[in-house]
Amino acid sequence: MIRDLSWIDPLYLLFALRWTVLLTLLALLGGAPVGLLVAALGRMTKRPARLASRGYIGLVQGIPLLAWLFLFFFGFPIFGIDVPAWLAATCAFSVYSGAFLGEIWLGALLSIPRTQWEASASIGMSYIEQLRYVIIPQALRIAMPPSVGFIMQLIKNTSLAAVIGFVEVTREGQMTAAATLAPLTVYLMVGAFYFALCYPLTTYSRHLERRLHVAR
Amino acid sequence: MTYTFHFRDVFAAQDALLDGLLLTLQLTATTIVLGFVIGLGVACLSVYGAPWARRVARSYVELIRNTPLLVQLFIVFFGLPSIGIKLDVIPVATIGLALNLGAYAAEILRAGIESIPRSQVEAGVALGLTRAQIFRHIVLVPALKNVYPSLTSQFILLMLATSVASQIATPELFYAGSIIQSRTYRDFEVYIVIAVVYLALALLLRILLGLAYRLLFLRS
Repeated sequence: MIRDLSWIDPLYLLFALRWTVLLTLLALLGGAPVGLLVAALGRMTKRPARLASRGYIGLVQGIPLLAWLFLFFFGFPIFGIDVPAWLAATCAFSVYSGAFLGEIWLGALLSIPRTQWEASASIGMSYIEQLRYVIIPQALRIAMPPSVGFIMQLIKNTSLAAVIGFVEVTREGQMTAAATLAPLTVYLMVGAFYFALCYPLTTYSRHLERRLHVAR
Repeated sequence: MTYTFHFRDVFAAQDALLDGLLLTLQLTATTIVLGFVIGLGVACLSVYGAPWARRVARSYVELIRNTPLLVQLFIVFFGLPSIGIKLDVIPVATIGLALNLGAYAAEILRAGIESIPRSQVEAGVALGLTRAQIFRHIVLVPALKNVYPSLTSQFILLMLATSVASQIATPELFYAGSIIQSRTYRDFEVYIVIAVVYLALALLLRILLGLAYRLLFLRS
């Protein structure tokens, strides 16, 4: 049924925005452990571990996110597991963010000079203490701006989950556009919602970066 | 697991896959060229432009970088007809992708241009070079060399992102995949093949851009 665009439609879009946020959070929850593993493997001395880490990053970053979504969406039923769209999307985005976060965190770890490890070892710190008191505080400051930047990237990319039928703000927009025949207005509104969500993160990431440079 | 894989159905549609692949390559190439030109123009505006031009350039970059490509493509797809421009879907996709890449390229190139120390430019002036010569030899080429790795990553991301254009029915590789899927019901096999092709393209593009770097910057 065709109806006119009304004041209630932006509200519906706003309600759908929480699913965008929720999917982003789920993806981070799934992606962070993967990212930690990728970073940890990447700085091991054993060659196979480093190869596995680099291989994972290359594999995930060499395949479109859209393809990852479809692989999970159609892959689970093949193994006899029926999953709802949100779960397939969460898996795909976890795999995806694991690679990008892993790359960022690995880079941060590797940028800490070896002498920092040696110095902390020479004052008798254990491996855990070295990480806790010397390495992680420094690596965290380097990793923060790009990590926040990636979260903003992830928010935008969750729009692709609309394609497998997960109703977040883009999918809600598609349905509203189909019902009202006012696609341009609707998608401009959807774009505005994303902007409102992402721009503060962009600004925050930039602010963190500036603070990092001043401290040096 | 009782599922048997049937790749034969997918490979039987190799003509459709090949057509899609060719369009993906075409989209990637035209978008990279257009996006680079837009990016360079916008970067120059945001560094050298009048205050109002800088504001326009900054707004463009921020608007594109803070909204999803999918939504941008929808806006271009539905927006162009509403201002009376009716185009085929391939030019529409190219415009959308180029506007997207333009903003990211502008940000990278701006960082590159700003990474050139002022003293270099002043040295050029002291040597009596013209403004065009200074821009070309002292600013642009070293700036490009500095940001080349970021630019490479961005171009590869763009190549992968052309798959999103399938959502406005651009008959590129990913779209070809969904057509084959609806004909054969071999969902998983189709997307495995598609994924492998993209992976190969990404590797190939990285190698090509690496070769281009050698040709452009390491001749001397």
